[in-house]
Amino acid sequence: MKINSPLEAYKFLPATNCGECGEATCMAFAAHLIDRSKKLTDCTPILQDKFKKKFEELDQLLAPEIREVEIGVGEKISKIGGDDVLYRHKLTFFNQTKLAYDVWDTMDEKDLVERVTYIQDFRKFYVGNFLTVDMVAVRCTSNDPKRFAAAVKKVVQTTDLPIILCSFNPDVLKAGLEVAKDRNPLLYAANRDNWKEVAELALQYDVPVTLFAPDDLDLLKSMAKTFAEMGTEKLVLDPGTFPTGKQLKQTFSNFVKVRRAGIDGDREIAYPIMAVPFTAWMAHDDPVSASYWETVVASVFTIKYGDIMILHSTEPYAMLPQLHIRDTIYTDPRKPVMVDPGMYKVGEPTADSPVLVTTNFALTYYTVESDISSNKIDCFLWAIDTDGIGVEAAVAGGQLTAEKIRKGIEDAGFDLKKDTTHNTVVIPGLAARLQGDVEDATGANVMVGPADSGRIPGWMEKNWPPQNK
Amino acid sequence: MTNKMKLKELSDMLQDLNVESLEGVTIEGDIELNISGGGGLNPALAYALGNEISQISLHMANIGRMLGFPAEQLFASAFGMGEMPQPGTLPSQSPKIQELLASKFEVSKIDNWKNSIQEVTLGATSADGGSRKSTVTLGGENALPYYFDAPMPHRNYITMDVFDMPIGMAKAVKGNYEDVINDPAEWAKKVVRDFNADMVTIHLISTDPLINDTPAKEAAKVVEDVLQAVDVPIVIGGSGNPEKDPEVLEKAAEVSEGERVLLASASLNLDYERIAKAAIDHGHVVLSWTQLEINAQKELNRKLMKQCNVPRDSIIMDPTTAALGYGLDYAYTNMERIRLAGLMGDDELTFPMSSGTTNAWGAREAWMVSSPLKQDSDWGPREYRGPIWEIVTGLALSLAGNDMFMMMHPTSVQVLKEITQTLYGSIEAQEIDISNWIGAEV
Repeated sequence: MKINSPLEAYKFLPATNCGECGEATCMAFAAHLIDRSKKLTDCTPILQDKFKKKFEELDQLLAPEIREVEIGVGEKISKIGGDDVLYRHKLTFFNQTKLAYDVWDTMDEKDLVERVTYIQDFRKFYVGNFLTVDMVAVRCTSNDPKRFAAAVKKVVQTTDLPIILCSFNPDVLKAGLEVAKDRNPLLYAANRDNWKEVAELALQYDVPVTLFAPDDLDLLKSMAKTFAEMGTEKLVLDPGTFPTGKQLKQTFSNFVKVRRAGIDGDREIAYPIMAVPFTAWMAHDDPVSASYWETVVASVFTIKYGDIMILHSTEPYAMLPQLHIRDTIYTDPRKPVMVDPGMYKVGEPTADSPVLVTTNFALTYYTVESDISSNKIDCFLWAIDTDGIGVEAAVAGGQLTAEKIRKGIEDAGFDLKKDTTHNTVVIPGLAARLQGDVEDATGANVMVGPADSGRIPGWMEKNWPPQNK
Repeated sequence: MTNKMKLKELSDMLQDLNVESLEGVTIEGDIELNISGGGGLNPALAYALGNEISQISLHMANIGRMLGFPAEQLFASAFGMGEMPQPGTLPSQSPKIQELLASKFEVSKIDNWKNSIQEVTLGATSADGGSRKSTVTLGGENALPYYFDAPMPHRNYITMDVFDMPIGMAKAVKGNYEDVINDPAEWAKKVVRDFNADMVTIHLISTDPLINDTPAKEAAKVVEDVLQAVDVPIVIGGSGNPEKDPEVLEKAAEVSEGERVLLASASLNLDYERIAKAAIDHGHVVLSWTQLEINAQKELNRKLMKQCNVPRDSIIMDPTTAALGYGLDYAYTNMERIRLAGLMGDDELTFPMSSGTTNAWGAREAWMVSSPLKQDSDWGPREYRGPIWEIVTGLALSLAGNDMFMMMHPTSVQVLKEITQTLYGSIEAQEIDISNWIGAEV
């Protein structure tokens, strides 16, 4: 965005402090505009005709440096791009890298449907939500428009996920568009040879389009400029993903250069970037090596500026780290990292239920909480204030101590002797060395739980209720 | 209007004037356009001309707007822009372009990376009073890793973990070490010989009073054995017990005099002065370990330099590694901020960094047979999940500026070396033509 202080945004606002945006003052709202935690359209007064000019000017000023491009329709619509910074701590990265997995038109129909369904349904629980993948890329391996159209049709019928139509043959792309035009698919790709025809298609069907210029940033920029002049800025840039050796190093440089130029204000190249880790499969024959290398390349370009990528391996050992590294990089660093310290009731605990201790690091807390609740264990779960540090590090660093545990429990007005029948605390396996100290500090029995909360159900079966006292 | 004036200048001038004073002014005059060259308009020229005329009308319209005339409404009604565009009508309205418009890609280098990262050498050969066959030099960067702004002087290095007693390990890791688990010297040999480790870390965990309470003197024997067994530089780790570690590391530093080992670690919650002194007295390097907090890292580095007089070329930082999915976002950003601050001139942070990448094995995704949650999709075989967890954890940190990796699984070591050295530029591979990747059969 072109401005960076709330004051600069404030000048354009109605300055009535009406509160309709949910903020007490226009200045407070302006601060949210600058950190992009609120949208200008949340200010309903500025949408009135009399403020039209100010709205438009401010809207321009607030627009992210990298254009946002939408792929797909309805609930599954995917936005890519929209970034304003080169480092996540400077603000945050917006619009997670979208992960598209391929199918191809020479696949058996049954295999294709099965693969699309698998891609669509793949999920992994994480901090209160499911991580999922985003798109299906249909590759034309037959070079036959009819065959491609049939495959695209099958994909359209099978899933609501956004679709990427992949071919360098404009006739093939057109055939795909005819069956998928209502789904706002992404075209892949225009290149040096076919750009005129592909531009026609992108304009005619009003869909986003990828520009492919392997290791040729001048060509990439020329194409982007040309397409913009022709009337579309719904562009995605693919500078080529070379899978190995010096070519991969060059690919890395190209990604960094394109994004830096865009953030620095070169509008002609300020579009989302596509990576194609798929090419790892052109360098490795053995599927495990190829999956590994594809994941490695995908990780590099998730961290360094890829906004969307096409992948092949649907092995869980490839998909799980990809989902997690994407989440890692796109987690908003401004969000609180901890839960409020204190006692949380999981299920409907009674005086016979166990008292479990963990830290107030959000990730630890939610992991433990989901492991317990999904296994229907009733308990008191204590989030001890460790400044948001996880168990192992907090024990090593002195943020999780016997004294902290005693204080945490007492501050909540909980009396282990009166409020439980067992006067027992269960500490995390990774805090085992605190056992004696906690016994001394609280006067309670202390049991050491498993090192990973995923094993709490098994541990409970063996150890609860406590036998000895 | 005899003076020539660009329309842009006119509109700039009007902007500076008080608009009210211009009431009654009319702007007249024709705009002449000379088209040189032979007759006929080729499409590119027509396009360029159209562009020129549109730009002029835009300037004129801006003047109109400044004078209070709603020019945009005029444009909107003239071009029918108020209505929804009809599907299929777009191509005929958009300019036909026959040739790609020329545009040269340019990008500037970062101009505020003015400070170099300190170079630190580990290990000493006989020429320098040690017995290592080779040494490892870390640091020296003038840019983020692998960036085109400045060449990266040294590649990343990997030191593999060896423990002085059998410890609990993920199954996928343990399988590689069952034959050497009771013999740290053999274990060290194995990681260098079979797994291509650049260095070895000997963790003296049995010294922890809550584990075996092995006396420091006995633990130092193990260090000597490892130094005998391998000729690469070594890292010596304590047990993490803040009371015992200073004593253990002092003894270890003594017996490895001259070998320029890395002592792991000094931290704010133990007597770092003793560890710093041991390093200075015996010519070693100190690992300055803090927990995901850039200001604590500055504080400890400052204390090591100012209070303990550790030379700048004898400090490496470990700002803490959290596993993928378990806080790697903090670890990544913490390292990235530290490296950027160093490059931009913060002398308290210009040191090479080390990562305890082995921590990745603490993630349940790395070692559990299957997901504990029924709602999850199948996690697949764990023997493939674990190493990639360690790889991606390390890889992310390599991009944040980490120089050295402490690791466990041979496959992880091999793949992380491959990718970091590829990005560093030292891996040759057969060129691959990706121009028609879509049709690739895989």
